[in-house]
Amino acid sequence: MSKPAISELVLIAGGSTLVYAVLALLMGVLPGIELSKTPPGSGVEPLTALQAEGRGVYVASGCSYCHTQQVRPLEQDKVFGRPSAPGDFAYATPELLGSERTGPDLTNIGARQPSAVWQFIHLYNPRAVVPESIMPAFDWLFDVVAAAPAGATVVPLPDKFAPSLGVVVPSHRAEALVAYLASLKQTPMPASGRESQTAKPVIAATTTASIADSAPAADAENALKGKASFTTNCSACHQANGEGLPGAFPPLKGNAAVNDADPATHIRAVLYGVHGVNIGGVVYPSPMPPFGPALNDADIAGIINYERSSWGNHGTPVTAALVAAERAKGQ
Amino acid sequence: MMSTAIVARHTSLGESDNRALASVFAAYTVSATLWLLFATAVGVLLAYKFSAPDFGRGAWLTFGRLRPIHTNATFYGWASLALVGTAYYVAARSSGTRLYSTRLAWVGLALFNLAAVAGTVALDLGYNDGNLEYREWPWPIRLIFLAALVVTAWNLLATVSRRSTQEIYLSNWYILGGVLWTCIIAIVAILPWYQYGLGQVSVSGFYMHNAVGMWFTPLALGIFYYALPKVLSRPIYSYALGVFAFWTNLVFYPIIGAHHFLFSPLPWWLQTLAIVFSVAMLVPVWGGSANFLLTMRGHLRERAHSYPLMFIFVGVVGYLIGSTQGTLEAFRSLQEVWHLTNFAVGHSHLTMYGFVTFAIWGGVYALLPLATGKAPSQLGLGLHFWMALVGSFIYVISLSIGGTVQGLDWIHGLPFIQSVVDMQPYYVWRGIGGSLMFLSHIVFAWNVWRMTYGRAGDSGSPIIGPTGAEVAP
Repeated sequence: MSKPAISELVLIAGGSTLVYAVLALLMGVLPGIELSKTPPGSGVEPLTALQAEGRGVYVASGCSYCHTQQVRPLEQDKVFGRPSAPGDFAYATPELLGSERTGPDLTNIGARQPSAVWQFIHLYNPRAVVPESIMPAFDWLFDVVAAAPAGATVVPLPDKFAPSLGVVVPSHRAEALVAYLASLKQTPMPASGRESQTAKPVIAATTTASIADSAPAADAENALKGKASFTTNCSACHQANGEGLPGAFPPLKGNAAVNDADPATHIRAVLYGVHGVNIGGVVYPSPMPPFGPALNDADIAGIINYERSSWGNHGTPVTAALVAAERAKGQ
Repeated sequence: MMSTAIVARHTSLGESDNRALASVFAAYTVSATLWLLFATAVGVLLAYKFSAPDFGRGAWLTFGRLRPIHTNATFYGWASLALVGTAYYVAARSSGTRLYSTRLAWVGLALFNLAAVAGTVALDLGYNDGNLEYREWPWPIRLIFLAALVVTAWNLLATVSRRSTQEIYLSNWYILGGVLWTCIIAIVAILPWYQYGLGQVSVSGFYMHNAVGMWFTPLALGIFYYALPKVLSRPIYSYALGVFAFWTNLVFYPIIGAHHFLFSPLPWWLQTLAIVFSVAMLVPVWGGSANFLLTMRGHLRERAHSYPLMFIFVGVVGYLIGSTQGTLEAFRSLQEVWHLTNFAVGHSHLTMYGFVTFAIWGGVYALLPLATGKAPSQLGLGLHFWMALVGSFIYVISLSIGGTVQGLDWIHGLPFIQSVVDMQPYYVWRGIGGSLMFLSHIVFAWNVWRMTYGRAGDSGSPIIGPTGAEVAP
């Protein structure tokens, strides 16, 4: 073996490996070091022990293979919250941004769906609340017992999904997972400083124009948009047939507030949310989240009009101006 | 007999050396084939779950645990083992020497398999290191994989350094580079100190792309550079172009990882840099592909009956189309539609299957019969080729269309669940394509059996005669 032959091996194997090591340092390690120092955004807090345990269940179950936790500065992502900012991830290790959105983004799910009861039903079998869902059932995170022990939450399942004997209660892991999901709430958008430099303005895609226009020609289109907004924001609990889930979520079909000639109660429920109110003789355990912050007046009017004219309801229609008036009064 | 032909060409090598090399190559291939069957059986089950989510319930069969088992078994079990086995054969043969250490090769095989078995069991029990693509195995298990890599790198380096030729053949550039660079990637992925929050996001972008592009790509290209001249009996079109593609691939590839996180909170300059170098990747990709296609030019038609060549041809086209598609996907305008949709799943199968897996099959069918003196039947080759080709076509096209529909649904502001409903027909077609692919793997396993434990002498292969001797083309 001659000397030049050895030096060729050194050049190819050693030289290329050296080049690669430098590039790995520049493109992998150094950005990692720098970005690991990103300070938490204001209001971004570490998880509690229970929430952290729930995050572990989330990872062990592979939730992020179908659910992202990154809201892009794109029009179509607005439905999931404000664009994610660097400071949002200060305590998020391992990172769970994900690469596929087979199911919806969960960045802000704690605010979008604050009901633990809904989460339990949905985890036990997603099709109990969303018939078209293809998410796996996580019934193995629950126990079926003859009678619920004191203080335990009984999951109010529809008959079709309930076990024939006994009741369903969440295991500790399910409680932890739901505590983690509830913790996924965005803080207000950072206004200035280092973070805003990378938070780019929203890039407009084909937008769903707002329904401000109330000309008669647009009525049919508005009705369709109202139905779509209802599907996006409301039907997970109140169901597509407006009947809710007995004992868990109130019906809108035949609901007094929905059929009331005075729409104020209905509008205020959508704007500011509802909790602990007697509806048709039942006080429901789950809070309804406020939709005022996320939706504009026209969107809310569209949803309300859809509800007031569907499933045999006969409430008087509302306008975006009426919603605006209730919004102006404040909570 | 097989040994007479081979010994005639490598007079300095003893019969036992050839037999040892053949048994290493065969054992890696057999082991890899078992992983392919397992990984794709899991893949078919996963595809089925998209239409029947309540099929296969319980923690051990839940989608989120089987999904990383499918990808990691494909990555570490199938592709890594098959490529290393072929690389051993290529390195020893093209260097005109015996394998430096058969024992090290066995140790590596045991370590690769130990890591893959332990990783699979860990994932199914819910021990997932963070749902981070290709590094879900708990880190101690990834250390076992790293040990296997180091053993392999050592063995390959020592083999090439004992070469009887003056030059280091181009294949060995790619093979040695791939194995050594991947050691670095594995270390970068494991060390924790720079992987907090957003820091880990940037490392994930770097890792998930380098792990495929600096491992599978160079090894598969290394096989092309050896198997293609072997099958065609003519030299590669341009050696210099191969060297040029080697260095440009090395410099451009490590920079493009952040294109997996476009529109994320990663610094905008890092994302833009990744897009720019994704375009630059066209240089090594088109250079390399042109080199292979020009080598085949004028010889494809006369050898259309040669399935090893057809597998390599599909692999080259898969490399060209898959990588070019990757460049296009990196543009922000197209990411707006395709990012986070099933289009990306189609892309990863176009590259990992249409390119890497077909390259492996081409290499195995071209070279394993030379090592063992046994060849599969023409029927087995044909069944495998056409089912795999048609299956992957259906798979990639259905998910590409479906992913586009999904992305447009989101852009049009439809309720999210509408995108789930609209995907259903494409999921079904994907399952049909995937099932065909799986069936082709069963035929491949049969062919591997024929090339290893089967009888010599009933071959329909154009490069191996009925007696097991290599046919002079």
